[in-house]
Amino acid sequence: MPEGIITVAYILSGALFILSLRGLSHQETARKGNLYGILGMIIAISATLFAGNTNTLWILIAVMITGGVIGLVVARRVAMTEMPELVAILHSFVGASAVLVGIVSHLEQETKIGSELIIHQIEIVLGVFIGAYTFTGSVIAFLKLRGSISGKPLTMPLRHQLDLLLLFSAGICGFWVFFRYSATAYSASCNNFHCWTSRDSHDYGNWWCRYACSGFHA
Amino acid sequence: MLVTIITLGGFIGFGGSSTLISHLTVFVLACFVGYMVIWNVTPSLHTPLMSVTNAISGIIVIGGMIHLSEKQILLPAIAVLIATINIVGGFLVTHRMLVMFKK
Repeated sequence: MPEGIITVAYILSGALFILSLRGLSHQETARKGNLYGILGMIIAISATLFAGNTNTLWILIAVMITGGVIGLVVARRVAMTEMPELVAILHSFVGASAVLVGIVSHLEQETKIGSELIIHQIEIVLGVFIGAYTFTGSVIAFLKLRGSISGKPLTMPLRHQLDLLLLFSAGICGFWVFFRYSATAYSASCNNFHCWTSRDSHDYGNWWCRYACSGFHA
Repeated sequence: MLVTIITLGGFIGFGGSSTLISHLTVFVLACFVGYMVIWNVTPSLHTPLMSVTNAISGIIVIGGMIHLSEKQILLPAIAVLIATINIVGGFLVTHRMLVMFKK
């Protein structure tokens, strides 16, 4: 399938998402808005299925059917009073998914040079950081809504300094990833730094460092 | 504030690749569209709106689908699984909330 038609499908689904949000701002158009959102998502997912790898297509479809069934069952069984908690826990799934996609994008790096490499590294670092933060924050929100954790904010004596320390350490981890894997970004010739560019993709230690740093912030 | 924007714009304009600039265009315009679309939401619809934006943010499933290949199976599969749970669950939860509004 030509790439142009895939992009057009993405444009269409983006427009449908915007229409969905607009529909949900008024009560008369709210249900149509929900339908626009569903339609946009179906178009986006179908377009990507056609564009992807055909060998692993069956894994994709099996995984998506499993996920769909689990989502259907869970959303049907939950009582109306438990809706906010359900939305919180679903949102944590999105955060976790973003972290995983960032890690895979890092492991599957193709050779890039110069500014494209910088942008790629920044996107991965930001994606993992924000995704991990979303995941743990949403899980804490879910537990607080349920009542498993007290609703009172945790006021430790040095909490602002601790927050800054965590942010700083997450930044250190991010810079470490950035410079470890993109030495070519700030040297024009790869020859001098070729020992740096060995992309050792089994370096999981750093990812757990960033994940843990953003996790304790919640 | 203005100085920050100008310097950032200068860096990106002089050093950025064309894909970065086109993505940045979409990003900036999408920020404005999002801001203006939800400006006038009636308070009773706040929770369904939160639920539908959560379901739409499941678009990260596309990232997982693109990365699923013979070499990388497990991590993208987990990403696709939990993102799909979020999408289907999210839209169904919004539907259930909106059904309560029927007069």
